[in-house]
Amino acid sequence: MIRSLPNTPLYKYGYRIYITLFFLFLVMPLIAISVLAFNDSNYIALPWNGFTLDWFFSATDEREGLFADSNLIESIFTSLTSGLIVATMSTIIGTMAALLFEEEEFRFKGLLYFLALTPLVIPGVILGISILLSSTYAGNYIEKTFGIDIELFRPSYWLVILGQFSFGATYVMLLVSARLKKYDRSLEEAALSLKATRVQAIWYVTIPFLRPAIIGAFVVAFLLSFSNINTTIFLVGSDPTLPIDLYSRIRFSSTPVLNAISFLIVLIITVVAFINFFIARRKENID
Amino acid sequence: MEQVNTKPKKHFNVTLFLLIIPVLLWLVLLIVLPHMDLLISSFQMENDEGDMVFSFGNYLAFFQNKIYWFTFVKTAAYAIGITILAFIITFPVAFYLTKVVSKKHASVFILLLLIPLWVGELVTVYGWMVLLGDHGIINHVLMTIGIIDSPINMLYTNFSMIIGLLYMSMLFMVVPVMSTLESLDDSLIEAASDLGASKWTIFRTIIIPYSMPGIVSGAIIVFMLVIGDYLAPNILGGKSSLWFTEQIYNEFLSTFNWNEGAAFGFLLLMLSSGIIWLALRLSGQKLDKVGS
Repeated sequence: MIRSLPNTPLYKYGYRIYITLFFLFLVMPLIAISVLAFNDSNYIALPWNGFTLDWFFSATDEREGLFADSNLIESIFTSLTSGLIVATMSTIIGTMAALLFEEEEFRFKGLLYFLALTPLVIPGVILGISILLSSTYAGNYIEKTFGIDIELFRPSYWLVILGQFSFGATYVMLLVSARLKKYDRSLEEAALSLKATRVQAIWYVTIPFLRPAIIGAFVVAFLLSFSNINTTIFLVGSDPTLPIDLYSRIRFSSTPVLNAISFLIVLIITVVAFINFFIARRKENID
Repeated sequence: MEQVNTKPKKHFNVTLFLLIIPVLLWLVLLIVLPHMDLLISSFQMENDEGDMVFSFGNYLAFFQNKIYWFTFVKTAAYAIGITILAFIITFPVAFYLTKVVSKKHASVFILLLLIPLWVGELVTVYGWMVLLGDHGIINHVLMTIGIIDSPINMLYTNFSMIIGLLYMSMLFMVVPVMSTLESLDDSLIEAASDLGASKWTIFRTIIIPYSMPGIVSGAIIVFMLVIGDYLAPNILGGKSSLWFTEQIYNEFLSTFNWNEGAAFGFLLLMLSSGIIWLALRLSGQKLDKVGS
């Protein structure tokens, strides 16, 4: 049944077949889009007509490749910049929240902590519509009272950032808290006894200890932002993020350029995952 | 030795102040106020003069139109079904990766598990669209081999929608289950086996009870993701497979009846919180364990 116990061949091979099928199911859609990104055909379908890089580089009217499609490049750029801003904001506030809930005592702490966790269990669609509603109300109110129209309160680049940050910070908080639980408080106490202020002790002692978790959390927040659609779809203005752009193309005008961009995403994620994997393995070997 | 003073001081705590202000801004402005606005606008309706007045009308409309509450019930029922399915499919995988295969191989498999997760839902849903379509890869391969003569209609049905929902959510079941199984001591299973317990008995009386916390966390996350998903039902589902999030989307972005949409949103929020509360209550777990 487990590694250390003898197994019947039926159990052993049956199990292996099941696991193989499961992983086949897992990689099938990724392989399908990747293969069709290089098919020399104007349709997103087999038969295989030969290898081409047109869907990446071609710039003709008939085949507009990924790198010739200025709208697509723009939406990638929007996603990258907004992702970086969201990740930075989430990392700062999420880390502060982790320090607050792990290290400080105050009234209503339980209630506040509960609120900080709610984005985990609020469907993304609900976060999207509630932020859309309240920002619209706020925008209308300000326009009526002061006569100024602020872009932030209408669906826009910055509203998308706020929406994604609202749940990104929760994930950062959880990841940083997990590491903070392993933190030896006496390090900070030593700094305090050496006449450091609390803020100095946190900045020079606690934060360096948390660095690996903070970097990891930054990456997670970026990826959450980069792939989000449920919340973003209600908040997006005139400059779509990549998933929003792809979504409307899938709905209304599919061409194999969709496969090209999907392939690139799969490729980048796979490469990053493997690099991360080998770094982790080397670290284990050194330890 | 000098006593280190670590007791909270009576005077004003600067650190607490510096930490709590940004956190409060985040939670009040982006979580509390928006959801209060959601609740308030769900109880507002335009009267004949065009003014917004308090009304139960949005909720009445929900209960009076069969299509609305039917979609709601259907979404909930499907989400429960998919959660159970995700458990049945992924539990053997989680067990295999923690208890059967060698640690070295397991890490490669885990890497494979994480890639679809990070690639994002849109790409994988699109992948299923390419696979399942009438001119899709599966139909093409089956027809080339000669198993079928004409394409099987798989895309834009409940089947393709379920595949999509299952695919994007089931990995969130694997991760928490694996982390509980990791702490299960192998010698418990060995002892039971030495004493003559069958595989089924070991599974039922040791493995499942032990991994319950992980299963509950996984089930909550899967349920939540499925119930709030928009892409898989919208792209892979057909006309008959309407999802409740699509109704919310329509009210907000097609018919612009935001108050009705707010009511729908609030109902969905009640449904998901209710089920999560029940699951936590029945299993005696805390919310923060679900996230970690």
